[in-house]
Amino acid sequence: MSLSMPDTYVADDPTGAFPLVQLLTPEGQRVSHSEFSYDGDDDSIRDLYRDLLLSRRIDFEAHALQRHGELGLWPPALGQEAAQIGSGRALRQQDFAFPTYREHGVALCRGVDPALLLGMFRGVELGGWDPAEHGFALYSIVIGAQTLHATGYAMGLTLDDAVGHDDPERDAAVIAYFGDGATSQGSVNEAFDWAAVFNAPVVFFCQNNQYAISASTDRQTRGPIVQRAGGFGFQGIRVDGNDVLACHAVTTAAMDKARNGEGPTLIEAYTYRMGAHTTSDDPSRYRDSAEVETWKLKDPIERVKRYLLVQDTPQEFFDELDAEAEALGKHLRETCKALPEPDLAALFDEVFVEGTPELAEQKAEYLAFRESLEAEGSDS
Amino acid sequence: MSERQQSNGITRMPLGKGLNAGLRAAMEADDKVMIMGEDVGKLGGVFRITDGLQKDFGESRVIDAPLSESGILGTAIGLTFRGYRPVLEIQFDGFVYPAYDQIVSQVAKLHFRSKGKVTMPIVIRIPFGGGIGAVEHHSESPEAQFALTAGLKVVSCSNANDAYWMIQQAIASDDPVVFMEPKRRYWDQGEVDLESTPMPLHSSRVVREGTDATLIAYGPMVKTCLESADAAAEEGTSLEVIDLRTLSPLDLDPVFDSVRRTGHAIVVHEAAQTLGLGAEISARITEKCFYSLQAPVMRVTGYDLPYPPSRAEEEFLPGLDRVLDAVDRSLAF
Repeated sequence: MSLSMPDTYVADDPTGAFPLVQLLTPEGQRVSHSEFSYDGDDDSIRDLYRDLLLSRRIDFEAHALQRHGELGLWPPALGQEAAQIGSGRALRQQDFAFPTYREHGVALCRGVDPALLLGMFRGVELGGWDPAEHGFALYSIVIGAQTLHATGYAMGLTLDDAVGHDDPERDAAVIAYFGDGATSQGSVNEAFDWAAVFNAPVVFFCQNNQYAISASTDRQTRGPIVQRAGGFGFQGIRVDGNDVLACHAVTTAAMDKARNGEGPTLIEAYTYRMGAHTTSDDPSRYRDSAEVETWKLKDPIERVKRYLLVQDTPQEFFDELDAEAEALGKHLRETCKALPEPDLAALFDEVFVEGTPELAEQKAEYLAFRESLEAEGSDS
Repeated sequence: MSERQQSNGITRMPLGKGLNAGLRAAMEADDKVMIMGEDVGKLGGVFRITDGLQKDFGESRVIDAPLSESGILGTAIGLTFRGYRPVLEIQFDGFVYPAYDQIVSQVAKLHFRSKGKVTMPIVIRIPFGGGIGAVEHHSESPEAQFALTAGLKVVSCSNANDAYWMIQQAIASDDPVVFMEPKRRYWDQGEVDLESTPMPLHSSRVVREGTDATLIAYGPMVKTCLESADAAAEEGTSLEVIDLRTLSPLDLDPVFDSVRRTGHAIVVHEAAQTLGLGAEISARITEKCFYSLQAPVMRVTGYDLPYPPSRAEEEFLPGLDRVLDAVDRSLAF
């Protein structure tokens, strides 16, 4: 017996039991859905388009910075912009997001200076922003760990009586980001369970980008990911992850439900990682270009542009946006190179709130050694 | 577990009751303190350490968790983001490993990663050690695995008074504390001074003065060492006993002072020998007391075995005879 995969790719929902929610086709046509709708006007869609474009620019610049040796690594979000911007723009000020390490678009939505995303990939720090200030936790690299943090935060919202008042200023909810690979982790399934048991106001937003580095989704699951939700006792929604309007609509609905005290929702945003896992990856070893070409036709940004062009969006809008993207690129390049280098001596003071004599002693030893080297250097 | 009030604020109670009273005091002092763990509510925990707390503080502050240790730790991290101070019970030492990733990769690192913007005031209570005739996974001593993790603090109490005060101090700490409870000593009676000012959490203490050799222990082995010192005294040997209390950071100044006087040091713990705390303590004594040592630092520990079937634990665990044998070897060196 071999452990080979089944002939039918069941993770892809071949029976159509979980149709994708779609509100904007790849051709740029608005379509209606029985349950979900995008209620914003065309100006709001232009705002989303702006975010999508800037998000892609972050990737473009960061990728280039890595290739120029300015970053050690970069995990591109190319192709996943609609999932990230659509969900990220469904959040309110008082909501909180728990990202993986690839949520560059969500960071943009949360008001984090994109240049700060570069610090950990340049190797100058391990975080970069204040989670409380932005309602945006630090990037999480251990796969799935953050879904439990999100659930605990959501439990805290309930304990703090911050849900269920029909008050848009007061009611809050949490969104937990993760990928298809993470659904194999115990922590993610534990988070589903805890969220259900405690009716926690959390939305589990899974970007199924088809690959966990090289392993395709059928290596993670034998059924559509969205189906998991039912087993844990809450609703699952499967959405076209390349459709920013649909992602915004389903996330808004799920967040509203959570804020109303009606518990968790799982959203499976069906999308595609157009780029490599990271700049160290080589996707040509595990997927063919024909597959990538198929997904190019479903590009999340192009379809919005098509729609906006049909809506007589003036050329100045696109020109101004290009200029803004150029400015963002310049900002990223300049800020990246100006990020302060870490001082090992300072790190001894950052391990604990209340430092220890042991760390103080090791810091003193390190400083004495460093000074002795400097003294030696100045002698020669 | 009973307690008996005496005069001057001194109350006699078992170590487990000291923890219970300390938890109660911490919850009364700060309404952000909450307890979470398996069976901690109605049942009061399998060792009854949280007995009565859910009844008095409600289900929002004493939460019966799903059977999911990683979930207990992971959600506690999210709760700290909301300003809560979770006190987590891991039911038994051997059940902590599903939570190990959250403890080591998240709790220990988030303050550091965020350059101090995030704090993790989490207490992880772990009943540890053997000697109760338990089934597998219920008698282990994993403290070194936490003590060697940068970003965690680790303490262990050995008596009722320390239990009462140290748990409150650990809860008040803005840093994460792994709190190792000597489960076989839960029922040991001791005097608790409810009114005194406690010594700092991260400090060691000489619990018996002596002149010939120094025994260094923590948690359940403190009592074993005190009994060994009693037995040695009958034969004319004077042993000093030091209760480390804090395992990370270590507070070894009292140890160095003692070893400089006695010239002989024996570290005693239940955890296995190789890379146990005894190895670190031995290295530091050698660094600081090299010219005072009359013999190599000796270690009396569990053997490098997975914890054995309980009928063999009496021979596996350090006891009075093995401690005194090490003392004899040190003095005869």
